[in-house]
Amino acid sequence: MFSWCADPSAISGLTWLSCFLTTGTHINFYWSFVTVLSVIAITAPLALLFGFGGAVAARSHVAPLSWLGRGYIAAVRGVPDIVYFLFFVIALDQGIEWTNRLFVCDDLSAPVWVGTEFRVCPEAKVPLATAAPAVQRAYNFGLAVFTFALVFGAFAANVLHGAMTAVPRAQLETAEAYGMLPRQVFRRVLVPQMWIYALPGLSNLWLILIKATPLLFLLGIQDIVYWAREIGGAKLPGNNPYPHGDLRLWYFLALLVFYLAFTRVSEIVLGRLTRRLAHGQATLGGDAQRKAAA
Amino acid sequence: MKTLILTTALVALTAGAALAQEVVRIGTEGAYEPYNFIDQATGELTGFEIELGNELCSRAGLTCEFVQNAWDSIIPNLQSGNYDMIMAGMSITPEREQVITFTQNYVPPASSVYVGLSADANIGEGGVVAAQTGTIQAGFVAESGATLLEFATPDETVAAVRNGEADAVFADGEYLLPIVEGSGGELAQVGEPVQLGGGVGIGLRDSDEELKAKMDAAITAMKEDGSLNAMLEKWFGANVTRF
Repeated sequence: MFSWCADPSAISGLTWLSCFLTTGTHINFYWSFVTVLSVIAITAPLALLFGFGGAVAARSHVAPLSWLGRGYIAAVRGVPDIVYFLFFVIALDQGIEWTNRLFVCDDLSAPVWVGTEFRVCPEAKVPLATAAPAVQRAYNFGLAVFTFALVFGAFAANVLHGAMTAVPRAQLETAEAYGMLPRQVFRRVLVPQMWIYALPGLSNLWLILIKATPLLFLLGIQDIVYWAREIGGAKLPGNNPYPHGDLRLWYFLALLVFYLAFTRVSEIVLGRLTRRLAHGQATLGGDAQRKAAA
Repeated sequence: MKTLILTTALVALTAGAALAQEVVRIGTEGAYEPYNFIDQATGELTGFEIELGNELCSRAGLTCEFVQNAWDSIIPNLQSGNYDMIMAGMSITPEREQVITFTQNYVPPASSVYVGLSADANIGEGGVVAAQTGTIQAGFVAESGATLLEFATPDETVAAVRNGEADAVFADGEYLLPIVEGSGGELAQVGEPVQLGGGVGIGLRDSDEELKAKMDAAITAMKEDGSLNAMLEKWFGANVTRF
């Protein structure tokens, strides 16, 4: 990186450190923070969307829709996460390619599952084997985000379902008495009021999501924990320009600081959000705000 | 205009399909120096198998691309078609041959060694021996009477010995001996080397006969002209077992 790094064996001290901390592996490590943060940033709203959909479906008066919502919540909540991250992604990938096969393969007579092998024609591969590495990575990223959103969406659905039930019945009845349609009651009264009840559960989920990102490595994405372990592991002289002993403790300490800082910032933001959402609500927090103002 | 776009898309698709035959993706672990590891300076995959894989592919007229995958799921992802070959220091064993197929070996059957903090570490009954999950060495330890301590990566198995969690680690000599050498007397080889497996080969799906034949031919050619031996020497040192 720097001009003085040309011969790593000749330097020491801070100069060595400045070179060591800018090696290719370290640059990858720094980028993986961006990856992890963007996974969280995309997953959180998507999971909320899945959760909202699941909760609305579970509350629906249309029986099949209700079963679908309840089934989704129960299936994901009842199965260990790790199963989703190991099994579901391969199944999802195969499902996509199987569907694609129906459209692009010429010969549909060949069996797809032979023993434990999954075989589709090369044209049906998603992404194609010829695709640029960046496309392959983007596809993996997409699968990872989708899987995370699906899993966390089910938990969010349960939280939102509970929150919708927690909105005082009197509020909804009043809205109905004003002649609002069920759709209007839902949109104007129920949804705006439910967030304060959902927030404690959702903030829990958010913090769990932040800390669940090491599971990303199972999905083929090299996250911060992977790189901390890879870089921190002892490196021998010979093939490595910067040999060193086991430094994993230091890298994990750095991750600890990162996670703690991220959690702290989240708590502050969530605390502010709670105060805002409690405003004017018939909850303890809302009451306290009213009394303070009076 | 619409037809024009459609035709272009179709042409692009068929062109891609014709090319798709030529690109072979190779799965590797990227954590088993010097077989396959991450280059510290560039952050890219490198190692004996990366160089060998690219050479074999260019001899077979294929374009190859390495994909990093965790060891745990390296065989399921091969079968699922996420890549077409495994080159990850994987020994040829009867158990693995039941699920995938191997080319002839490109690393001769090599010795596995025990390494501990001292040369008299307990590796038998009552001892605790670390090995990487799903390796032939792990299977061997499990049957040796010692308590097997499994780790997901090779690096952690060595760390377990260093911090006293295990009495010894059991792995390929090519991987462990340079570590012993570099430890400055902290680590030592324990007991005699053990011969395990049929060497390291390329793992393929059972149905990929054609690709297997191409790779076998390329490996044979490299064995005959001595270039494989030269590559082995380059990565494993002058004392390596040759063909």
